[in-house]
Amino acid sequence: MHDSKSILLHLRTTFGEDGVYEQKTIDQIPTVWVSKNNIIAVATYLKTFYPLLYDLCGVDERDRSRKNGLPSADFTVVYHFFSFDLNDFIRIKVGLHGEYPSIPSITSVYVNANWYEREAYDMFGITFEGHPHLTRILMPLTWKGHPLRKEHPARATEMGPYQLYDEKADIEMEALRFKPEEWGLKEHSDDADFMFLNIGPQHPGTHGVLRIILQLDGEDIVEAVPEIGFHHRGAEKMGERQSWHTYIPYTDRIDYLGGVMNNLAYLLAVEKLAGIEIPDRAKTIRVMLCELFRINSHLVWFGTFAQDLGQLSPVFYMFTDREKIFDIIEAVCGGRMHPNWFRIGGVAQDLPNGWDKLVRDFVNYFPKQLREYDKMVMRNSLFKARTRGIGIYTREEAIEWGVTGAGLRACGYEWDFRKKRPYSGYENFDFEIPIAHNGDCYDRAVVRVEEMRQSLRIVEQCLNNMPEGLYKADHPLTTPPIKKYTMQDIETLITHFLNVSWGPVIPPGEAMSCIEATKGANSYYLVSDGNTASYRTRIRTPSFAHLQMVPYIGKGYTVADLLSILGSVDYVLADIDR
Amino acid sequence: MITLLAIDWLFILEKLILIVSIISISLVIAMYETYAERKVAAVMQDRRGPNRAGPFGILQPLADGLKLFMKEEIIPNTSNRFLFVLGPCMAMLTAMMTSAVIPWGGKIHFTLFGADRWVSLQIADINIGILYIFGVVSMGVYGIMIGGWASNNKFSLMAAMRGASQVISYELPMGLSLIALLMLTGSLKMSSIVGGQIDSWYNVLYQPLGFFIFLVCAFAECNRTPFDLPEAENELNFGYHQEYSSMKLGFYLFAEYINMFISSAVMVSLFWGGYDIPFIKDANLAEQIGYNWLAALQGLSMFIKIAIFIFAFMWVRWTIPRFRYDQLMNLGWKTLIPLSLFNMIITALVVLLREYGWRF
Repeated sequence: MHDSKSILLHLRTTFGEDGVYEQKTIDQIPTVWVSKNNIIAVATYLKTFYPLLYDLCGVDERDRSRKNGLPSADFTVVYHFFSFDLNDFIRIKVGLHGEYPSIPSITSVYVNANWYEREAYDMFGITFEGHPHLTRILMPLTWKGHPLRKEHPARATEMGPYQLYDEKADIEMEALRFKPEEWGLKEHSDDADFMFLNIGPQHPGTHGVLRIILQLDGEDIVEAVPEIGFHHRGAEKMGERQSWHTYIPYTDRIDYLGGVMNNLAYLLAVEKLAGIEIPDRAKTIRVMLCELFRINSHLVWFGTFAQDLGQLSPVFYMFTDREKIFDIIEAVCGGRMHPNWFRIGGVAQDLPNGWDKLVRDFVNYFPKQLREYDKMVMRNSLFKARTRGIGIYTREEAIEWGVTGAGLRACGYEWDFRKKRPYSGYENFDFEIPIAHNGDCYDRAVVRVEEMRQSLRIVEQCLNNMPEGLYKADHPLTTPPIKKYTMQDIETLITHFLNVSWGPVIPPGEAMSCIEATKGANSYYLVSDGNTASYRTRIRTPSFAHLQMVPYIGKGYTVADLLSILGSVDYVLADIDR
Repeated sequence: MITLLAIDWLFILEKLILIVSIISISLVIAMYETYAERKVAAVMQDRRGPNRAGPFGILQPLADGLKLFMKEEIIPNTSNRFLFVLGPCMAMLTAMMTSAVIPWGGKIHFTLFGADRWVSLQIADINIGILYIFGVVSMGVYGIMIGGWASNNKFSLMAAMRGASQVISYELPMGLSLIALLMLTGSLKMSSIVGGQIDSWYNVLYQPLGFFIFLVCAFAECNRTPFDLPEAENELNFGYHQEYSSMKLGFYLFAEYINMFISSAVMVSLFWGGYDIPFIKDANLAEQIGYNWLAALQGLSMFIKIAIFIFAFMWVRWTIPRFRYDQLMNLGWKTLIPLSLFNMIITALVVLLREYGWRF
């Protein structure tokens, strides 16, 4: 039996004491520094135990003041691998030196490293040697500089006024032109010409500003090249200038259908760094709101998926039900899609009077609706004909491409981070992990529909067993801190004043959270330098990994099937581009 | 001079009036179909639908038409100008032409200059009425093809290809299902097909399968859900009329609604007794209220039947998803054509056995 200890031991014996340095982190994830020359060997060794490349990101270490004896580096590349058998992450760090360093690419070991490495290149200027197509992925091809480097300005006002004169417009337009040969695509087959069809960025079927270039042989897809980044807002860069507290509203807008669920992913990491224990009531409120948002997000997916297949009416019923959930959210939070409701250490306010009646009404109302949708959509034979056997991938392929969430469960893998690595008190709830076995579009739909039922069960349990107690932890770093003692105690008054005016100072360290968000596993990897803002905010979103897989699963199907596949993958563009 | 006098000028006048009124009725009906479509959709989706222009929004089609006229007309630089304009004209033309052979009611009787005149409410009672309909309907595909091709847009082109192959594929089972019907009626003439059903059993009772096949094909010919692939908005951005704006777009949209109206009329005429008033002996009624009133009532009956079919078109559109292209082709070639062949053979067998004196 292997565990992370024996794996570390093996790394140490294989690559020598000097090449391997073990770092203690507050989130208990085994963290190992290896040298850049060994990275491919390390990745190859780790793949047998950690089949999932969960995340890959860069960090600009040049401005870091508190290194606490870590190996020196100008940049680091951080790999997160996940093992389903060990149910554990491992974090591999590679320190790099120089202004524009380079590192061997691990795309030959983990295929889904492709986009992650492109992103790290785009954001930091780190070259990945041996990468099949190392170009910018999120920023425009014409962009100067690499945004997440510390010298790159964070605010538009620091960059001078923007002008789009004619020549520049021409350059920008030319950069958007798709050149098949750059992607190694042929323009002709032996007996025919291929058609290159540009789907998006303005296309009703892509659910947002996503561009997919299809190489078509008739109506059959030979190859698809997604182009993302149109929705890129620099959320990770903003994390470095907003205070820990004022960054919360930005997280709302990452997976904008998930609402407070993004707050939770971010705050779990912050609270790990700050060492805050959350009271039970706050945890349960968080779970309840998260599950309401999960239903909400799945309803949007359900309606738009049916609409993608040409069924135009269900989306109206589902949006009506979504409105009923928004009524609850609005009563509790005051906001609707982006309530910005969770706070460091708890939630912003206690539940309002009468919340239980609102929730109870919904819990009683919704199952009937779900039954109707089952009849209307899931059992419709045309719907089945359009989704069954389309966009199939196996469990192994899913793991290879970093698929999590409903997409993984539709391949028959019972994996849900809420059950397997419980957070925020999910271990206290009774619910099941719905799975399906074929891994096609229909099965992904089946899983999501069943998930709505399970979420409703969780909401009902929250309703019946809402604990009494504080809605926010009594801890100096909660923001804003509980005000009870401020008028009696000068120390508390000062802490309150500082936390509200500057924001809390989170102790140095690094931590990653991992939650089962609406679309899959969502994580925030935060590096604190003991400041009022994070040193590095890395957001691992499920949609990014899922979209990367679309060309792979879309090959050989028709254009109409691609729409089914895109619909069943259930991504949000803001979640991809951040 | 003599030959000119020999022409029945009154006859030409009658026909002109008939043509003008039928075309304007088709246009008005197409206009209100757009309104009905939006209202039906609204009811099915728990919404209210258009209700701002006039009471219950009934002026909405006028407002829409006006809007389309006022919109800027954009012709893409890369398009072929002549074909680009021709496309919507073809669509509109073929849509309007079909109405010529449909009998809309019984004969009207009046006296002029002391002479009795009987005017039938049918523009042209040609003896190959059904073939004429087929000919014109299959020309409808040119509207789609030319429009999609001339736009010089990949989406439009794909949609046009889909549209062309769809219309051609579905014409086959449609024609085959009609052959079975023709064996029973023994005529290609619309007026005699309808006449045979007056005060008698409707053809749908003899040809239920044939009607079903015809109905499915009519949906496909009109490019309506679940066969709306040429304009599949989620995949192809409204397909072949993507580059069109202003009234040229309006023509395409209008042509679709007129097609729906006409194909409903054809289905009613062929299978549902045409202008026959159901459950009532029309001949007896004529003695009581006179032929002119009877013709009016018959016209009304025809339009009510048509309205039911139009509603069915809309009902289906807002209820079910759309086929994929290959599924659509499979349905056409592998299901509908064998079914209609089967229907044809069975019908032929029954007709043959009847000839030999078998009784059923």
